[in-house]
Amino acid sequence: MRDITKDFPGVRALGGVSFDLHPGEIHALVGENGAGKSTLIKVLAGVYPFPEYGGEILIDGNEKRFAGIREAEKLGIAVIYQELSLVKEMTVGENIFLGREPRTWGVIRWEELYRRAHRLLDDLHLSIDPRTPVRNLGIGQQQLVEIAKALSHEARILVLDEPTAALTQTEVESLFHILNKLRARGAGMIYISHKLNEVFQISDRITVLRDGKTVGVNPTAEWNETSVIARMVGREVGNIFPGAATAADHAESEVVLEVQNVSVKDPVVTRKVLVDNVSFSVRRGEVLGIAGLMGAGRSDLLMAIFGAHDGAVTGKIKINGRSLDVRSPAGAIKQGIGFVTEDRKRFGLLLDQTVLNNMTLAGLRRISGRFVTNVDAEAAASEGAMKELRVKARSILTITGTLSGGNQQKVVLAKWLLTNPSVLFLDEPTRGIDVGAKQEIYAQINKLARAGLAIVLVSSELPEVLGLSDRVLVLHEGRATGEFTRATATPEAVMACATGQVQQAA
Amino acid sequence: MNDSANSPKADRPPATSDLVISEPAELMPRTRIGRFKIPTELLRAYTMVFALVAIWVYFHYSTDNQIFLDPRNFSNLMRQTAVTGVLAVGMLMVIITGQIDLSIGSIVGLAGGIAAIAQGWMGWGLGPSLSAGIGVALAIGAFQGGLAAYLNIPAFIVTLGGLLAWRGVILGLSRGETIPIRIPAFKSIGQDYVGPTVGWTIAAIAIALIIFMTLSRNRARRRHGLGAVSLGVTLARVLAPIAVVVGFIFMMNSYELAPGVKAGIPVPVIIFLAIALAGAFLTQNTTFGRYLYAIGGNPDAARLSGINIRKHILAVFCIMGGLAGLASIIYTARVGSASPDAGQLLELDAIAACVIGGTSLMGGRGTVFGAILGALIMSSLDNGMSLMRVEPYSQMIIKGAILVAAVGLDMAGRKRA
Repeated sequence: MRDITKDFPGVRALGGVSFDLHPGEIHALVGENGAGKSTLIKVLAGVYPFPEYGGEILIDGNEKRFAGIREAEKLGIAVIYQELSLVKEMTVGENIFLGREPRTWGVIRWEELYRRAHRLLDDLHLSIDPRTPVRNLGIGQQQLVEIAKALSHEARILVLDEPTAALTQTEVESLFHILNKLRARGAGMIYISHKLNEVFQISDRITVLRDGKTVGVNPTAEWNETSVIARMVGREVGNIFPGAATAADHAESEVVLEVQNVSVKDPVVTRKVLVDNVSFSVRRGEVLGIAGLMGAGRSDLLMAIFGAHDGAVTGKIKINGRSLDVRSPAGAIKQGIGFVTEDRKRFGLLLDQTVLNNMTLAGLRRISGRFVTNVDAEAAASEGAMKELRVKARSILTITGTLSGGNQQKVVLAKWLLTNPSVLFLDEPTRGIDVGAKQEIYAQINKLARAGLAIVLVSSELPEVLGLSDRVLVLHEGRATGEFTRATATPEAVMACATGQVQQAA
Repeated sequence: MNDSANSPKADRPPATSDLVISEPAELMPRTRIGRFKIPTELLRAYTMVFALVAIWVYFHYSTDNQIFLDPRNFSNLMRQTAVTGVLAVGMLMVIITGQIDLSIGSIVGLAGGIAAIAQGWMGWGLGPSLSAGIGVALAIGAFQGGLAAYLNIPAFIVTLGGLLAWRGVILGLSRGETIPIRIPAFKSIGQDYVGPTVGWTIAAIAIALIIFMTLSRNRARRRHGLGAVSLGVTLARVLAPIAVVVGFIFMMNSYELAPGVKAGIPVPVIIFLAIALAGAFLTQNTTFGRYLYAIGGNPDAARLSGINIRKHILAVFCIMGGLAGLASIIYTARVGSASPDAGQLLELDAIAACVIGGTSLMGGRGTVFGAILGALIMSSLDNGMSLMRVEPYSQMIIKGAILVAAVGLDMAGRKRA
């Protein structure tokens, strides 16, 4: 791939990245979230067809221009995305051959399909029955099925985007075993991961991306963790987290939110416990970070407190000393909880409505009146929020979907600040936004905390949690496995708890 | 596949609902036509008005003796629009929320039948009979809404069941008979006129309101720094609606029942206008209306913003039921009797009116104004083709084709925009 560029409205995601891959090589791609790794992969996979990006893709020396994913697949490029793309209601076999089922006159030859699926799985030493519905598999096994699916395409180039994010140690080992085998067969692999120890264990070469540019390519042996991190960050950590919190001791301030022994069960598989007996409290002006891997139950915990979880919730929640029986988000909002949910497009925004409509939605009755709306009041409130958070939009009547990710996120933040909360939940508040917007959001978080708001911050980016929080709570598979103060929270210690290797006495 | 700023929704032009304060034209998404760039949303509204006028002119010159835009026929046309129009206002709210109601034709039949039975067979008075009809329709709306909102049965299925069941109920209750309306006051709801004086009074109030609202909107825009509106634009914004109001009242008043006896606005049209105004206010100027758009636009975001989705869906179906009851009274009164097959296919007319008027069946966008224009287009087609003596079978084919073509054109325009 040569000089790849890709722009989104308002953001340059890739600014001339070159990347090469040899057969029989595992080439790791590392960089912070938003550095452009996923975008680069999507260009390679044909998700953004030819004229949407700049630069050229060469395979075996010939330039290829993909009009779509199918064409990339035909040339043996297979991508396993962070978000699994299996159809949960279908069996393992059906998923592997989805869209390419062996058939005669349009009729599927089921026997052959399952025989071939079985052979593929055997080949990978996976003891999974191809007739099992995917929804019955754990997330780790699903990941391995994805790999089997990729191999069934006879992939020559296999891209793995954070493949171990949800895997247990044993599953990681079996994955690496498979990758080694594929390498021996001559497949080229691009391995994207935040976990540097894994990158060093498995890769042959490492490319570091930062802000949409290549900032280093070297054989793995010539890197060490420190040099990789230095390249990834490329700036003083202090810069990203301006004036990192007050550092003051909050032990004196009053407790705003107190959560005791909260447990949450899966709404569908009711014997599955998503959050297991978690307790914590947040004080005025304090930022509590919640760290943990994907599926650790962080979002479930927040959703449960907010009254928005579909599963059975038990436990005690107190706000400003009053105990609270939250059965609906409306109740939680009334009691002073604001919740900047993850995935702003899915849970946060009305993309085809105006900035004004979005900003005033959660606090509409407070801002605009109980029944008849007051346009002036709404315009004043949203204009104020727009200035305060420096939302870059032409006016409060701009359609929210046309804004860049960072500005969309600010709109969601404004929506919740306009409910006048006493505690604010932030779930992945900087996912998928550019570095500049990130810094502004960090600055806002600090400012809000200083103004006395209690903040609960969930993030998959460890530096973010560590850089902003006064205290850090670590979850692993639904249980609290550690709690740290700013002074004791080192990445290693938090990670050890998050992966379940260490369990602090609570 | 979930990358930033890459959702197809992002390309959608603003729903008119967003234009609380009309945005300076230079900020709105525009469509280029030749040398001209026209704000897309305005273009759509103009296109619809233009289409309606074109249909009228076409019918006027295609009918024998050019009678389509005759005061008599125009008055008739408006009266015919009233039933579809009242239903379309309710349907609009249902569709904005992302739901659908297929049962309203049958509810119209049942509610009208019950009102007729009450006054005819049971000897009830006017008030109780009307209340019985509207009450039944309201109860059915609440029942269906409850099933959809609280038992999570898709509204499509609930109301498809209702389409069959309520028709069955009225067939059974009426024993297949057509029941005449005996009370004159009942009939007058569908057949009478309010007289020219009332018409001009309404016109005067409307003109005052138009001027007041335009001026206060201009003030609001200045206050929020959205740029002042030029005098010409202001004049156009005041004079165009005034011209429509005056022209409308004039047409209504020129219809003479007998030489020298001016008719004025038909009672059903008065009811329809009142419902349309109330519907426009409810959707554009209340928290309730905003919540409906939010629920239809993104139910997850709406729920997490503290909106009680079930309650709102229930409310919307209740409103729909109540309006179906009201429409049934107008319909029965106009016809002068309740037949068990009354109101068939009215649900489709109402849905078509909304869709032609730019409402998205996915929920989240659409306006009362658009739905009313849609209803006018639908009833103009009915009326005009009947005057031209187009065979009923051809009428059905043409209406079907126009519905699909209208939405097809709209989608094509949207993609370009």
